[in-house]
Amino acid sequence: MLKRYTGWTLALPATLLVTLFLVLPVAATIATTFADAKGVLAPYLAFFASGFRRTVLWRTLEISLATTAISLVLGFLTAYVVARAPGRMKSVLIIAAVFPLLTGVVVRSFAWLIILGKNGILNNVLVGIGVTDEPFSMLYTQGSVIVAMVYLFTPLMILTLVGVLENIPEDVLQASASLGASPSATFRQVVFPLAVPGLIVGAVLVFTGSFTSYATPQLLGGERQMMMGTFLYQRAMVNFDWVGASTIAAIMVVITVAVVLAMTRIAKRLNPMTT
Amino acid sequence: MTTRPSPALIAIAALVYVFLVGPLVIVIGASLSDTTYLTFPPQGLSLRWFENIFEITAFRRTIVTSLQIAFLSTGLALLIGIPAAYALNRYRIQLPSWLSTVFVLPILVPEIVLGFSLLKSVAVGASFPIFVSLLIGHTLLVLPYCVRVISASLASFDFSIEEAAISLGSPPAKTFFTIVLPNVRAGVIAAFILAFITSINDVSTSLFLTGPGISTLPIQILAHVEQFFDPTIASVSVLLMFLTVAVMAIVERTLGLTFLAK
Repeated sequence: MLKRYTGWTLALPATLLVTLFLVLPVAATIATTFADAKGVLAPYLAFFASGFRRTVLWRTLEISLATTAISLVLGFLTAYVVARAPGRMKSVLIIAAVFPLLTGVVVRSFAWLIILGKNGILNNVLVGIGVTDEPFSMLYTQGSVIVAMVYLFTPLMILTLVGVLENIPEDVLQASASLGASPSATFRQVVFPLAVPGLIVGAVLVFTGSFTSYATPQLLGGERQMMMGTFLYQRAMVNFDWVGASTIAAIMVVITVAVVLAMTRIAKRLNPMTT
Repeated sequence: MTTRPSPALIAIAALVYVFLVGPLVIVIGASLSDTTYLTFPPQGLSLRWFENIFEITAFRRTIVTSLQIAFLSTGLALLIGIPAAYALNRYRIQLPSWLSTVFVLPILVPEIVLGFSLLKSVAVGASFPIFVSLLIGHTLLVLPYCVRVISASLASFDFSIEEAAISLGSPPAKTFFTIVLPNVRAGVIAAFILAFITSINDVSTSLFLTGPGISTLPIQILAHVEQFFDPTIASVSVLLMFLTVAVMAIVERTLGLTFLAK
């Protein structure tokens, strides 16, 4: 009879770890926001009543959506070229995309501090070629955060989409061409629809990644471009407002989970291979 | 070939690659500069900022902590992740289908929420030492990679080989270590590398789980940037990059890199 439980026994340590140290603590964090003395939804009412907090949430959504849109376009176009590249070239291109991905977020965000700073490379170049006399202040703007985030997430998008595009059979493309479709028509009417599920997976990864990021808004956005991640940290560790921080955490969890679930469902419905 | 991309597309892709690789080249360049401020292209070549890393106690200490946490969390995650992945494949009928979702929860829950919740419930609530809390956080963080990558290897493993060994009288535990594990070696190595890199670069979970004398290298870099803007940061970044290159070289040797795109 021992055999009946072998599977469970083997899976037990990992299940326990996730339950005890992830499910329960995160549930406890969310629970504290409903146990406030001022009323059940008081922390949420306070959050949405504050113009500053609404701005932080709105800015986070805006930056994440912009990042997702830009890296979708760049990633898709690049992945299309990578997927059709000849053998050895393709491996080199994939390695070149993997390498930044494996370099830490802090290092990659820091690189943009050197580039966009007041005495940074970009300003030196702009002053050097006479575009401007005074260096621009490009840091701590929404633009600087978006540029660094696009930089952060484009490799992820490329790698996700290369896999998807490689799975489109060559026959399908040849069929389209032999039936008289121009290369651009094939791209728009055959390649793109077949890549939609992959685009959705990539978009979900990038959106949730940027929505919950900390290091990039901290380094390139500072106090001025506070996002949900940096705001959570500030509430918890600077103001010691744990209920406020838990409320931000709960909102982050709800939005991420909702986006993941909704997009997975849409991806399933849109997949032309399954219908 | 009708499917060859147009020159315009190739040009765009080339620009994207310049955008991807350029900033890393700039960090490497800046780390070699002989100046006391960050600049690129480097003015004068020197390795003094690399020496400076080891003169700063906080960096020395956090490099050690980061390596300890990365090795320990990866080891622990493999220790509990391999049996879990094995169970998911071998005992699929016995186990409910949602169980595999449980092991990817650490990816679904925002890292920063995980870090904050661990601080609240485990480090403060249950008074766990900071180092232990940090280790738990990182083990959770890397567990999904271990379970998923090894599961994928096990999915293509023919379990009738294992049954043959057992029916010939080999004890199950011995069979696992001599028959099953060697067959998914590639998956275990890949999981190790992904987990290690994830742990050593992590910010959002570690952020809340640092205390007096205990911090990780990426958190220390963030703290340092806010006070000093000198080339030490560039050189310590390059040090982290070298660690990545070393790990990737091992992958390249043992597996070939294309598996990462899958």
